[in-house]
Amino acid sequence: MFLKYFSPTQHQQYTNTEAAGYSDSVMKISRRQFVAGSGALIVGIALGSNTARAANDQKSVLPVKGGDADPSLWIEIKDDGQVLITCHRSEMGQQTWTSMAQIVADELEADWNNVAVVQAKGDAKYGDQNTDGSASVRLNFHRLRMAGAAMRTMLERAAALAWDADPSLCSASLGYVYLAETDTKLAYAELSKVAAQLPLPSENDIKLKGREAWRYIAKPIHSLTVPSIVKGEGKYGIDVDIPDMVHAVIARPPQVFSKAKTVDDTKALKVPNVIKTIQLPVLEAPAMFKPLGGVAVIANDTWSAIQGRYALEVEWHNGPNAQYNSESFRQEMIATARKSGEVKRERGDALNILANSKNKIVAEYYVPHFSQSPMEPPVATAHWQNGNLEVWAPVQDPQTTRKTLAGYFSIDVERVTVNVTLLGGAFGRKSKPDFVIEAAFLAKQINKPVKVTWTREDEIKHGFYHSCSAQRFEGALDKNGKCEAFLHRTVFPTIFSTFDHNNQQAHDVELGMGGSDNLFDVPNLRLEAGSAIAHARIGWMRAVANVYHVFGVQSFAAELAHKAGKDQKDYLLELIGPPRIVDPTKEGAPNHWNYNATLNEYPIQTDRLTNVTQKAAEMANWGRTLPKGHGLGIAAHRSFLSYIATVMEVAVDDDGSIDIVGVWLAVDAGTVVNPKHVKAQMQGGTLYGLSQALYGEISMDKGQVNQSNFPDYRVMRMDEAPKLFEVEIIESNEAPAGIGEPATPLAAPALANAIFNASGHRIRRLPMIGPTNNTLQFSDLTKES
Amino acid sequence: MSVKLNINGKQHTVSATKGTPLLWVLRDHLKMQGTKFGCGIAQCGACTVHVDGVPTRSCVTPHDSLNGAKITTIEGATGNAVDSLRDAWELLDVPQCGYCQSGQIMAAAALLENNDNPNDDDIDQAMKGNICRCATYVTMREGIKDAAKKLRAR
Repeated sequence: MFLKYFSPTQHQQYTNTEAAGYSDSVMKISRRQFVAGSGALIVGIALGSNTARAANDQKSVLPVKGGDADPSLWIEIKDDGQVLITCHRSEMGQQTWTSMAQIVADELEADWNNVAVVQAKGDAKYGDQNTDGSASVRLNFHRLRMAGAAMRTMLERAAALAWDADPSLCSASLGYVYLAETDTKLAYAELSKVAAQLPLPSENDIKLKGREAWRYIAKPIHSLTVPSIVKGEGKYGIDVDIPDMVHAVIARPPQVFSKAKTVDDTKALKVPNVIKTIQLPVLEAPAMFKPLGGVAVIANDTWSAIQGRYALEVEWHNGPNAQYNSESFRQEMIATARKSGEVKRERGDALNILANSKNKIVAEYYVPHFSQSPMEPPVATAHWQNGNLEVWAPVQDPQTTRKTLAGYFSIDVERVTVNVTLLGGAFGRKSKPDFVIEAAFLAKQINKPVKVTWTREDEIKHGFYHSCSAQRFEGALDKNGKCEAFLHRTVFPTIFSTFDHNNQQAHDVELGMGGSDNLFDVPNLRLEAGSAIAHARIGWMRAVANVYHVFGVQSFAAELAHKAGKDQKDYLLELIGPPRIVDPTKEGAPNHWNYNATLNEYPIQTDRLTNVTQKAAEMANWGRTLPKGHGLGIAAHRSFLSYIATVMEVAVDDDGSIDIVGVWLAVDAGTVVNPKHVKAQMQGGTLYGLSQALYGEISMDKGQVNQSNFPDYRVMRMDEAPKLFEVEIIESNEAPAGIGEPATPLAAPALANAIFNASGHRIRRLPMIGPTNNTLQFSDLTKES
Repeated sequence: MSVKLNINGKQHTVSATKGTPLLWVLRDHLKMQGTKFGCGIAQCGACTVHVDGVPTRSCVTPHDSLNGAKITTIEGATGNAVDSLRDAWELLDVPQCGYCQSGQIMAAAALLENNDNPNDDDIDQAMKGNICRCATYVTMREGIKDAAKKLRAR
């Protein structure tokens, strides 16, 4: 076995020769030393590390597009052949463990049966870990391929050294390096320590595989988390259990920025196993990611803490939002939408055409607040030791969590360790680490590890809510029914109000999601935004502003079709128009937001939206004769850089009861890493959107949330889900795009358009059914216009 | 107060406050954490266990009401029905985040133990008490049918 010939002193020489370039000088030296070192130094093996970074200069990096591709960040090859791949993104059901590992393992030529994933802690060395925006694959695809290929190259070079062979004759395949035209092979486990001592190959020396050689990428590889989940062995934030840990449940102020006037904890302290109560700091604006304040009950177990919390007697001050009523706010927003707003994009002169049009329609839409409500509510465990803080939590963004904690407690970020558990769903809620700060604050106060568990009522009453919104549209049709002017006014409290409470203006990021990205082929197009004040913590939620914008735009497209007397699908294709690239920056939206990508990398391509629209219509057999009371509806949109069209068939009875008979969805997400999991996100994302559209609403009165748990914050259940749901993924070599979010916004308009075709009733307000009804309320519908 | 509980075929003696729901006895006292908390009011099914074979919401079931009962949790669930479900779940990658899936599998196992060829209505009735926010319902339905097929072939 050649490994024993390798000595630590040689490692030093290798790193010294890095500057001279690998392929000539280093290889010559190492070959000589392989010979010279024969028989020496078994110690070198024991001291060797399996990861390149540990052996090489700590500062070694392999900068490629997307970040550092140094394999030591991502790959560890164990002595038994197991390949550990670090996943720096958070696993919340989108199967990022599996997709990240597929990308690395493919280029590494690892045997998938030997692959396991390690969840990274929050650390800037990984680059962006913020698991939202449906960007994990997109941001890391090239970089992780490069990391896998770099490691493969190093393993091949290590074998070349061992065999004194030309590296071009050494090739890796499924966990071994083979010597050309011989039976000679070495396992990765035998090569890894030597490989780890080698300098990183340069970017130019790394050869990526061609698509035809992909083993794992683009294949329906099984999830790496499911085998443990089916045994109940998945470890989520709520499952963290550390010695001496106590439990906390918190009574939070009913309105944002209110505080306790009086606290009587006498009864709470009498609850068995309750240890004490602790007041949290009062929240001052802006809310940011700070805890809401309130009173924590600390107990030996969760149930006792919950009981103690209900036994607390707290009188609250009215905060500055005590007047907030979401129904009157809805009316205010609609009034705002009826007035001119700030122009955010303009092509032609829509106002003039509309003012003089004889064939014009106007429609207004409303979408309420929603709560993300992942099945696992917010939960976090914190422990202080010697001025160092360690937390375990289901967080989407461990680096922001780390920085926020360091800032809150005024300690160096290096003193904070953020361990990421599995996330029992997230949908944007777990991007906001307020709940982790709560745990850290309480742990510091009582000098013990503390787990804070949010009850479902806490989660629903104290969230960062999806913004409510009013949308107004005006459209003018020419004599052929073609849309010649399209005005879109959008009004919503901005997410940025959470970070700057005086901010009342729509942000480019929000407008980019279904507003300024409008790709309709209408000669006169105008987008305006009105201002709105936030009275609650506004936060992002799966698909974010796309949800209200696309409900409006895609519903209104169908209303224009109806006005023009044309088929919904044909009219939508006409609106999308001929193949072309749309550039909003040239039409009055200079800061148009394109999901943090440039328009060069990810242009707005109408042909791709046309393609999925035609495909979804074909899948649904659009135009077929339908049973009485049935209707098909369609919606199409590009979001998170993916192009999706959704067709729904709905049956509507005279009493307003509905049945979603089928869903057909076509998606072009560019290069797809795992078609099986893309399909799962398309289905789950759509049903998440249907759940909002049919039942979801967070309403507020006196600044307090009216809903409290799943009965009144109703969500979709098995018997309400469509039984037929077909997904087609367009084969594409384009750059990878987002998957977790973009299906969601299409659900509401596709359903509303189907209901219109089935019943003649146009729905312009969500939720369509709500928590207590079981049918559409047609009498309410006619009142809305 | 100490209570004897038969969980997964093993006797456990538990000292928890009277009325503590089985869910928290499992999770906090016995450190059996496969059973999950979702709503606390028997609305979501994440906490589903079997009590004498019947799917039961452990979040509202006082542990001290279970003297003499046979409790089965996801960790101890065995038999053809649950094995078929696990196989189908893995074959189809039914779970997404997976948090609700202990409860889903326990609910589905109770269904299949009584009916190895459920139709859509049977599945709706058995499963509508279990919420999945990832909304894996389409694949879950397919998984139950696939498991039933496997079960019939066993």
